[in-house]
Amino acid sequence: MSQVALLQVEDLVKHYRLPRERLLGPAPLVRALEGVSFGLDRGRSLGVVGESGSGKSTLARLVMALEPPSAGQVRLHGQDLHALAPAALRSARDKLQMVFQDPYGSLDPRRSILQTVAEPLRMLHGTPPAEQRERAASVLDAVGLRSTDLAKYPHEFSGGQRQRIAIARALITRPKLIVADEPVSALDVSVQAQVLNLMQDLQDQFGLSYLFISHDLAVVDLVCDEVIVLYQGRIVERGTPDTLFRQAAHPYTRALMQAVPQLRPGAARVRRRAAPAVAQPATAEGCAFASRCAWAQERCTREQPLLRTLTTGHAAACHRAETVATMTQNEVQT
Amino acid sequence: MAPNAAIVGRCHRRPERILSTLLAVTDLRVTLQTSRGAADALRGVSFSMRRGDTVGLIGESGCGKSITALALMGLLPEGARVSGSIRFDGQELTTLDEDAMCALRGARIGMVFQEPMTALNPLHTIGRQIAEPLRLHKSLSAAAARAEALRLLERVQLPQAAKRLDAYPHQMSGGQRQRVVIAIALACGPDLLIADEPTTALDVTIQREVLDLIAELVAEDGMGLLLISHDLGVMAETVQRMLVMYGGSVVESGPTDIVFRHLAHPYTRGLFAARPRLGLARGTRLATIPGRVPELADLPLGCPFAERCAWVVDDCRRELPAPQPVAPGHDARCIRLAAVAAAMP
Repeated sequence: MSQVALLQVEDLVKHYRLPRERLLGPAPLVRALEGVSFGLDRGRSLGVVGESGSGKSTLARLVMALEPPSAGQVRLHGQDLHALAPAALRSARDKLQMVFQDPYGSLDPRRSILQTVAEPLRMLHGTPPAEQRERAASVLDAVGLRSTDLAKYPHEFSGGQRQRIAIARALITRPKLIVADEPVSALDVSVQAQVLNLMQDLQDQFGLSYLFISHDLAVVDLVCDEVIVLYQGRIVERGTPDTLFRQAAHPYTRALMQAVPQLRPGAARVRRRAAPAVAQPATAEGCAFASRCAWAQERCTREQPLLRTLTTGHAAACHRAETVATMTQNEVQT
Repeated sequence: MAPNAAIVGRCHRRPERILSTLLAVTDLRVTLQTSRGAADALRGVSFSMRRGDTVGLIGESGCGKSITALALMGLLPEGARVSGSIRFDGQELTTLDEDAMCALRGARIGMVFQEPMTALNPLHTIGRQIAEPLRLHKSLSAAAARAEALRLLERVQLPQAAKRLDAYPHQMSGGQRQRVVIAIALACGPDLLIADEPTTALDVTIQREVLDLIAELVAEDGMGLLLISHDLGVMAETVQRMLVMYGGSVVESGPTDIVFRHLAHPYTRGLFAARPRLGLARGTRLATIPGRVPELADLPLGCPFAERCAWVVDDCRRELPAPQPVAPGHDARCIRLAAVAAAMP
């Protein structure tokens, strides 16, 4: 890691309070994030994987400074975003942009592409219209659309083209960091490949960093330099895609990998009996994954495993990480 | 609507019928009215399945896979014109009136949709929603329907089923909701289960659980499964036979493992290559299919894939290619099969 990382997230905690269930009872607490830390350097990509409810999207919203954390810091260029005055935060927003999952929901159907793409310039800087148009045309060009598309409206574009427009809108402020929350999961397979290739090209061209949130391990493997796996608000494993996907040391990472449907029809499929749906455990102590884990021992229900380094750049929060990491995929399935 | 005794009677299965043809779709054509004029959503789809068969429809948005499912269920939008034939257990569905179709839908044809939250009514308990088809089609009493609903919830392996009968959809997770939707689809013991992208809205681990559950239930009951998905991996693991759809027609069909071995049609090959998979080096460029899926309203006269195809010749644009045999039970609508096969997959 270099001197000052572009993005430094320290011990981020976010709790949400739910409505009381009983009049005098305590309001239940959702622990969306429970102490997440990582750094991201310029020009690099960090993948965040996990199931829904793991805290992926909460993490994205806190990094984008869309809501305040319960504790912890998000530092961009060393500056704590959540400690900034509103005016300073506005100008810092130049440097970070977001691309959302659904290209149908994220574009206003009543605004032209020019209005949509140039909006960040208008809102953040009051850029004059002629310059807005010029810069909008140049980012559209960068994402492979034409400047004649500026006068059109979202309904005239396909899903893949809309996602290109959303990316163009993110690029127009010349950001350093783009938070992409499932940017290709709503797209068709052939279009998904086009958008992934585009995102990689833009990264090379503009030196962008991506915080890339996805449930698709293969996409993360392709795009990211480092991956963190979230489970119930905590990082359970981190490492390069190579180590993480070849020597996964956390049983949850293994479970995610095994769940990916394989393209070897017939032969590879180990048909297990359908498993009952699991109710989320309300564990106070011990490992949150213990109830779903094939390796769980008595210690796991008692003692919360901490994230610890296994080899350089590879860490896992599991008491039995060494044993799990040496298993081959076949041994795991039997 | 009065429950139909004949239909209720047929719900229990007789073993000698297992191998008879359950569904035969022949040259199905659907034309939809759109703001841009008539659109040929389906251009001659044919396939058949027996009881116990699992068949997959795969393709990208706008290829006609969901329209095929809607046509089977008699749920096409207003103004749709249908020609060709859909025979379900010997009965022609394209000419059936709405009342008769209603008696089939939910009773003998079960449906599971993509988004379990919108498929369920947020204002009713799940017990009531599972009981509804039982009350309607089997005219069970409220108490009997409730008991049956409990049995169904246990069958789809929802934990604490008895407590969940009085829960509302918002109190459940996505995977649990989809189990409820499956329970509703199975309530009357259908002969055919149509599942349209049943796991697309779910997490990958939950997806695996739901697919396992569907496969197990289908095998136990010996019903037919028509699974619609855009995910090649889901197809590979769940169905015996697959139909690849593009531009309103089936461009390749055959046993799943054989289709994957040959990848005979250029589009199937393109889909396969474009898919990111674990183990690709960082920064690998994915093979893309150039261009975009054609609008149904302006489909070309010839092969719908011609504009995007690397093997295209002039003849491809003349007329829609007829299915050409690749192997027994496996064919593809392409006049350049030999050239495509010669290129490495």
